[in-house]
Amino acid sequence: MPLSTQPETGDDQYVLVASLDNVRNLSNILKAIHFKDHATCFATTNGIKVTVENAKCLQANAFIQAGIFQEFIVQEESVTFRINLAVLLDCLTIFGTNSLPGTSTALRMCYRGYGYPLTLFLEEGGVVTVCKINTEEPEETLDFDFCSTNVVNKIILQSEGLREAFAELDMTSEVLQITMSPDKPYFRLSTFGNAGSAHLDYPKDSDLMEAFHCNQTQTNRYKISLLKPSTKALVLSCKVSIRTDNRGFLSLQYMIRNEDGQICFVEYYCCPDEDITESEL
Amino acid sequence: MRCLVTGGNVKVIGKAVHSLSRIGDELYVEPTEDGLSLRAVNSSRSAYACFLFAPLFFQLYEEGSLDPDGETFRCKVLMKSFLGVFRSLPSLEKMVEKCLISLNPRASRLVVQLHCKYGVTKTHNLSFQECELLQAVFDKELCANTLRAPARVLVDAVVHFPVTLAEVTLGVSPAGKVSFRNYLDEETEPSRTMVTELCLSEDEFQDIQVQQQSHVTFCLKEFRGLLSFAESSNLPLNIHFDSPGRPAIFTLSDPLLEVHLVLATLSDPNSSSQVHSTTLQARPANGAFPTATPDDDFTGDDIDSYMIAMETTCEEGLGLPSSPTFPQRHPHPGAGLESQSSAMESDLEGAVPGTPPQKKFRSLFFGSVLTPSQAGTHPGPSQDVLAEDSEGES
Repeated sequence: MPLSTQPETGDDQYVLVASLDNVRNLSNILKAIHFKDHATCFATTNGIKVTVENAKCLQANAFIQAGIFQEFIVQEESVTFRINLAVLLDCLTIFGTNSLPGTSTALRMCYRGYGYPLTLFLEEGGVVTVCKINTEEPEETLDFDFCSTNVVNKIILQSEGLREAFAELDMTSEVLQITMSPDKPYFRLSTFGNAGSAHLDYPKDSDLMEAFHCNQTQTNRYKISLLKPSTKALVLSCKVSIRTDNRGFLSLQYMIRNEDGQICFVEYYCCPDEDITESEL
Repeated sequence: MRCLVTGGNVKVIGKAVHSLSRIGDELYVEPTEDGLSLRAVNSSRSAYACFLFAPLFFQLYEEGSLDPDGETFRCKVLMKSFLGVFRSLPSLEKMVEKCLISLNPRASRLVVQLHCKYGVTKTHNLSFQECELLQAVFDKELCANTLRAPARVLVDAVVHFPVTLAEVTLGVSPAGKVSFRNYLDEETEPSRTMVTELCLSEDEFQDIQVQQQSHVTFCLKEFRGLLSFAESSNLPLNIHFDSPGRPAIFTLSDPLLEVHLVLATLSDPNSSSQVHSTTLQARPANGAFPTATPDDDFTGDDIDSYMIAMETTCEEGLGLPSSPTFPQRHPHPGAGLESQSSAMESDLEGAVPGTPPQKKFRSLFFGSVLTPSQAGTHPGPSQDVLAEDSEGES
C-alpha cells in the first residue's frame, strides 16, 4: 500500500477499515445507485451494503463484498451510518473518473463509529488526498419482504438486450408496464405516452434469454420515473434478473463485473402501481 | 397501408426521418401509388421537404384502400414520436432486421414495428391526425440556375461555417464561379463579424448551368440535414435556384427514392419595398399585409384546413417596364417564365396574417405578392391566388 500518510493512531480505534487498490471498483458500483443524494451504509464482515431509497416505493442496494477489498476489517457485528452519496462519490473520484491506463487511485476508508466522520485517504501517483465526510443519523430502511419463495415469475436476460430499451423509454409515459407470462408475449415492456403506446417483446427462446421461469401471467405497472434510474446499473451490468412476486413487487438484480473481473451485485426493488382495470390492459 | 422495409433500407428511412426532423414538428405520412411519401414543413412555411420512397424500395408495399372520394388516407404524426422510433441510427443498423409500417384508419394508430436481432420486437402505436394534402407546388425547370455536385463536396464546403450560423448565401456567376458565404443581416456590424466565403471551382460540380448571376440566401440547418442524408445515401445533390426571394429547390434522385427540399430564400430588401408599394395598390383586399412586412407569412392559419397550392404563373414580361431598382435582374432569353407564385385555397382568403417573420423569408406557400399589371393580365389564376410573387420582374 503506497499510502504515505498512514494515520498516526492505530487501526484498532476504527470500527471499519477498508482498503482498495482501485477505487473505481467502489465508485462505479455506487454510481449505479446514485439517484438520490443520501445513502445508508451497512458494513458487516461480509462486506458493505449501500442502500438508496426513493418515495418509499423504490429501494436500490449495492453489495460490495469483503473480497473486493484488499483489506476489510469490521470490529463490531455491524456498522451503520448514513452519508451524502454525492459527496462520497465526488471524493472517491477526486483524481478524476477516467484514469490513464495503468494508473489507479488507491483508497483507504476508515470510520471510528457513531458521530465520527468517514475518513478517506486517496492516493494516486504519490499524491494523497484526505477527505472527511460527516456522517448522518442512520434512518430505518424499507423492508420489501421480497422472498424468493413467493417469486412467481423470473427471467434472466443479458443486459445488452435491455439497455437500449431502457435508454429509449418513452418518458412521457407515466408507467412502465411489465408483462411476464408462460405464454405469448412471454416478456413485454410497454409504455403509454403522449404519442401512443410502445411494446417491446422478448420471445422466451431468444438468445438474450438466459433463463425463463414464468408460472403465471402477470401484468404490473411501475412508475417509470422510479425505474428509469436503474438504467445506470443496467449500463454497467452484464446480466439482469427480473423477478416478480405474488404481490407484483419487482426485483431487478444486476450482475456487474468490475475492472478486475470480480462480480458485484446491485439490486432494485420497486412497488407496483395501483391495480389496473381490465379496460386499460 | 402496409409496407415492409428490410436490411439497410431501414436505416435509409431512419436517416430520412432525422433529416425531416430538422424541418418541422410534424411528419406527414402519405401512401400513394408512387410510393410512400414522408413530408414536413416548418412552422413559418419557409422550408418544405418531401421524401418519396418508391414501391420497389420496400419488400412489400400496399398502398391501402382509397376512401369514397378516391383519396388515399393520409395522416400526420408528431415528429418527435416518429423520430423516437428511429432515434439511434447505429443501433438501427446493428439491431433492426425489418421494419413494418402500417396505417389502418380504423385502428387510428400508425403502427411501426421493428423486428430486431434475438427475436425482439418493438411495436410503436403512434397516434395520428388525419390531414389534408401537404404539397408545395414548385417547378425546378423554371429556375435559371442549376448545380449538381456530390454531397461530399457540399458537406466539405458548409463544414467551415459555425454550427450557430443561421443562413448561408450561395452565389453563382455565368462565368462558373460558385461561392458560399455566411449571411450577415443588417443588424450585424460587419466590423465585428468574421465573414467566411468559399469559392468552389467549376470542376467540383458534375453539372453547372448558370444563366443568370445570382445570390440566394437560405437556411443552413435544413440544408445540412439534407446534406447528411445525401452523403449517407451517396447521391449527388441538385440545386435549382433563381433570383433572391424565389425558393431554392434541392433534389436527390434515385430510382427508388426521390427527395425534394424547398427552401425560401431571402428577398432583396430593396426589391421588396418596391414590390410592397405596388402590392397595396393592387390588392386592397389584402390590406391585412402589415405595412412593414410585405413578405408576410400566415403562421396563424388554421393548420388543419389548409390546402396548399403553389401556383406557377407565367409572366410574359410584356408591357412591364424594367425597373431601374433591380439592375441585377435583367430579363433574359427563355426567362419569361419568371414568377413563381404561391397561393392557398381561396377559402382562407380572409385569413389574418400571423406574426411577421423576423427575416424576410417568403413563405413557400403564402408569401408572394402580385403586381397590378399581372393582376390585370392574368385574371384567371389570380382569382384563387391569395397572394402572388411579383418580384418586380421584367
